[in-house]
Amino acid sequence: MNLHEYQAKQLFAEYGLPVSTGFAVETAEAAAQACHDIGGERWVVKAQVHAGGRGKAGGVKLVTSPEDAHDFAAQWLGKRLVTYQTDANGQPVSRILVEACTDFVKELYLGAVVDRSSRRVVFMASTEGGVDIEKVANETPEKILRVTIDPTIGAQPFQGRYLAYKLGLQDDQVKQFTNIFLSLATLFVEHDVALLEVNPLVIRTDGHLHCLDAKITIDSNALYRQPKLRAMRDPGQDDPREAHAAEFELNYVALDGDIGCMVNGAGLAMGTMDIVNHHGGKPANFLDVGGGATKERVSEAFKIILSDSNVKAVFINIFGGIVRCDMIAEGVIGAVKEVGVKVPVVVRLEGNNAALGSKVLAESGLNIIAASSLSDAAIRVVAAARGEQE
Amino acid sequence: MSILINKETKVICQGFTGAQGTFHSEQAIAYGTKMVGGVTPGKGGTMHLGLPVFNTVLEAVEATAADASVIYVPAPFCKDSILEAAFAGVKLIICITEGIPTLDMLDVKVKCDELGVRLIGPNCPGVITPGECKIGIQPGFIHMPGKVGIVSRSGTLTYEAVKQTTDAGFGQSTCVGIGGDPIPGSSFIDILKMFQADPQTEAIVMIGEIGGSAEEEAASFIKAHVTKPVVAYIAGVTAPEGKRMGHAGAIISGGKGTADEKFAALQDAGVKTVRSLADIGTALAEITGWKHK
Repeated sequence: MNLHEYQAKQLFAEYGLPVSTGFAVETAEAAAQACHDIGGERWVVKAQVHAGGRGKAGGVKLVTSPEDAHDFAAQWLGKRLVTYQTDANGQPVSRILVEACTDFVKELYLGAVVDRSSRRVVFMASTEGGVDIEKVANETPEKILRVTIDPTIGAQPFQGRYLAYKLGLQDDQVKQFTNIFLSLATLFVEHDVALLEVNPLVIRTDGHLHCLDAKITIDSNALYRQPKLRAMRDPGQDDPREAHAAEFELNYVALDGDIGCMVNGAGLAMGTMDIVNHHGGKPANFLDVGGGATKERVSEAFKIILSDSNVKAVFINIFGGIVRCDMIAEGVIGAVKEVGVKVPVVVRLEGNNAALGSKVLAESGLNIIAASSLSDAAIRVVAAARGEQE
Repeated sequence: MSILINKETKVICQGFTGAQGTFHSEQAIAYGTKMVGGVTPGKGGTMHLGLPVFNTVLEAVEATAADASVIYVPAPFCKDSILEAAFAGVKLIICITEGIPTLDMLDVKVKCDELGVRLIGPNCPGVITPGECKIGIQPGFIHMPGKVGIVSRSGTLTYEAVKQTTDAGFGQSTCVGIGGDPIPGSSFIDILKMFQADPQTEAIVMIGEIGGSAEEEAASFIKAHVTKPVVAYIAGVTAPEGKRMGHAGAIISGGKGTADEKFAALQDAGVKTVRSLADIGTALAEITGWKHK
């Protein structure tokens, strides 16, 4: 689960990290008022969406009057911001963060992630702040500094000093950096963070370090024990179909093809998309109905798949392990009748009672094509999506 | 021979009296697995499925001399359950549960390594040595004792590979689901090492998916240390970047962890890769010279 910048900065502030004074506002009037409340003559206004690349897309602006802050907010609130990280529709802007402007002389990068290879939390720092860090990692990997956190003892001050000196920081900055590093490491563990970035971490004109941006992704598996973070979820930033599917414990990801896929198991769901692609078709979605593919879930999955108007055929691929295929077949028939499916449906059943399941489908009198194998099913569904007759 | 488990393996179940633990223990007993008891705190001293229930893993191990424990407890309690089994001296722990927080797994992994415990999973179907011992949620009937070792990050994709190797008449030595989480207890390399050393295993099927670099690391290992023929399939060629594809670990981030990179690394290691998951059985026949039934 992603947090907004303003939410991440609230957490930063709780850990004593240096962040700008700011207000997340929902109206243009409140944006102007926020400038008055913050004081000063220059402010930064930032559209709050779950995506990077906001600056280039016009979602971040330096303003010199409360009126300009008002106009910026009026321009963006209720609109969608399209950046290179969003899809073509962009993400809705429902809040603007108004902050005091910070003057700085240098931009650094500091981030932390759970590294899968070393099975440790790894902190990364770089003198190349304020830019796309993945680009830095690819083009000049020597400019990324790393320290690995031992889970049994946690982050240590010497690791912070190591990074600070390598970054070329001096005197009190080393102490400031070490404190920031240690606080972020504590925040990471206490809030079940999966990814955390301060990009940029700046050196202000007065020489102090300051967290100018903040990005936090939380491990969704740990939300049960993070009630405060759970309350920070912004459902408006989620794809509506994906959010709806999640309510029914269905894993759904929208894609841009025309063959709807309904599969049991995440791996097989990916494998099904791939085999459709392998035979020249384009999958419209990833959908895992889970281990217990009941009639209700199959029916709900149909509704979600068919809510995508691009879908020209549906491919149901079930490997009946513990569940019986004839039960799945009954579920499919019930759902096709209930939902009124107009497009061709190709079904491949394998495993427990597969033959009986196929027989039930064949005798249903519905527009359901029972395939004999996985490849056969893929070839048939690709043909069906092209409008080729059986 | 086989790897990890055989007909002598004595198994206990944590979360024994819950719905999942009960159902899958019944299935395991019916398959012939040597289940010797279970653990549910508060239900010690009772009997369940004709087997003794204990309050703690330590008591269960002392009473039954169990070699392995299978865990079905809910995700919030898994860290505690795995550590309980590890500290009680269980050397093989198989955790089926999905949804364990990643930071819990970092701690668990450190301790399991320290204690010399082999952890399989979490978020996995389990381990099966066909005809001898089934620990997990796999459908036993699709398996057949034989000569192919299967290791996979996905449950249902494992079943596809099992079905194809059974239909072809090759059968399986042992099938290991290492699970779909970002921090698995065991890696491909851990299991490949065992298959390479196991005389019953004549060929290996490896099933990976997008996300992380476990497949690339496995490819380097295969290149240097595996002499047996390997067929590999990677799921998620068509997966978009930045989206979690069901499994917590199946996500392409920052352009890393794509299926194409993984296919390339495996091909470079001399592995026979298949682009369609329906081709696993025929690819095995091709590289081993075995006759496909």
